[in-house]
Amino acid sequence: MLRRIAIIGASLAGLRAAEALRARGFDGELTLIGDEPHRPYDRPPLSKQVLQGVWEPEQTLFRRKDGYDALALDMRLGVRALSLDLRARRVTLADGTFTDYDRLIIATGARVRTLPSIAPRTGLLALRGLDDAIVLRRALMDAPRVAVVGAGFIGLEVAASCRARGLSVTVIEPLPVPFSPIFGRTFGEMIAAMHRDHGVDLRTGVAVTDVVGDSRVAGVAISDGSRIDADVVVVGIGVTPNTEWLEGSGLTLDNGIVCSGSGEAAPDVYAAGDVARIANRWHGDSPRIEHWTNAVEQAVCVAENALAGPEACTSFSSVPYFWSDQYDRKIQFIGRARPHDEMVIVDGSLEDRRLTALYRRGDRVVACLAVNQPRALIKYRKLIAAGASWGAVLSGTAVA
Amino acid sequence: MKVVVDLNICDLHGLCVESAPEVFEIGDDGALHILNEAPPESLRAKVAAAVRECPTGAISIEE
Repeated sequence: MLRRIAIIGASLAGLRAAEALRARGFDGELTLIGDEPHRPYDRPPLSKQVLQGVWEPEQTLFRRKDGYDALALDMRLGVRALSLDLRARRVTLADGTFTDYDRLIIATGARVRTLPSIAPRTGLLALRGLDDAIVLRRALMDAPRVAVVGAGFIGLEVAASCRARGLSVTVIEPLPVPFSPIFGRTFGEMIAAMHRDHGVDLRTGVAVTDVVGDSRVAGVAISDGSRIDADVVVVGIGVTPNTEWLEGSGLTLDNGIVCSGSGEAAPDVYAAGDVARIANRWHGDSPRIEHWTNAVEQAVCVAENALAGPEACTSFSSVPYFWSDQYDRKIQFIGRARPHDEMVIVDGSLEDRRLTALYRRGDRVVACLAVNQPRALIKYRKLIAAGASWGAVLSGTAVA
Repeated sequence: MKVVVDLNICDLHGLCVESAPEVFEIGDDGALHILNEAPPESLRAKVAAAVRECPTGAISIEE
């Protein structure tokens, strides 16, 4: 009997799972639990539109308040899940209440990593949630000098947004070339040059050893012995999945919730989004993925499977996609590349910072990177999804 | 079913073209074009996928 479905986590994956359940006809009790006080909102604009001041924070909300009426949710916000009892089919919440379920979808996401053994202080900030964006945006109004720790997507998007605000920006990155493990050196060097051309002081191959300043930050000390003065320090060194509340529950936890190919973590329990490790039939691996599209696709997949049950479930299969907007460049990436995959530019050039590149492993095209060339991406996405061979794609004979 | 795209917020991710190539296209001009504003019911699932996958929420279906 399927009467009650509980979703833990009220961000993109949680909301999309709820929408998918209703769209597919589930008319029982549907509970959505979120630990933030806000209704579900979209994260990608936080580091761009919100930080630059182009959008007000409220514009990131997915639905207006009355937009939830049709979903008929028991939505409980500002309350954290404390524990899961698989046998009793019960999630206990931090406010002392609980929610019982026939099916459970876990979408508790991830939280930012912090610098090890560095005490919190005023001006030492990160960007993950809406409140973070509001605090950071306010801090930037009175912070002519910003230091960004980590040249990943968040770090570099924050750097670009700070430059758009006319602030002085230093970025500190331990890798000699940013992104080189994902995109390869060639592209990483292009990104680094783009930021330097936009006035970012990008220091690579060095690590932050300390944050300077007592009650509020005054800068950072870095491993080459130098010190960078800053009024605000933004740390963007990755995220950690929110699985602590599940320890001892019986679920398999290993850098996220380990799930089957259908997104099942235990009988009647599913996971989706940043917290989940679902085997992807397309590449055969089960990484934890922190991208927007992945959260949407996994949410829909597990919602369908939660309704269908184990006998009728489908396995998750998707060509990964993510993007990043920095300055006037849109970087789009599909597929899955590894550090030693060969990269070939098939259109455009590094000099123009407008290009399409393909990644090769053996005889297969495994990924495509496009900078300000969205049309090319569509074409190659089909070929990559279909497993087209390198030779056929390059000679133009591959047909999706 | 009527397909509506807010071109002011379309960011040319192109995922709609992949979901429903019968309905969406990025043209030679680099802009998104709606090939069929009133697609048949048989395309509903594809258009719904396009709505879902759009990172900026630019696409909607009006009945």
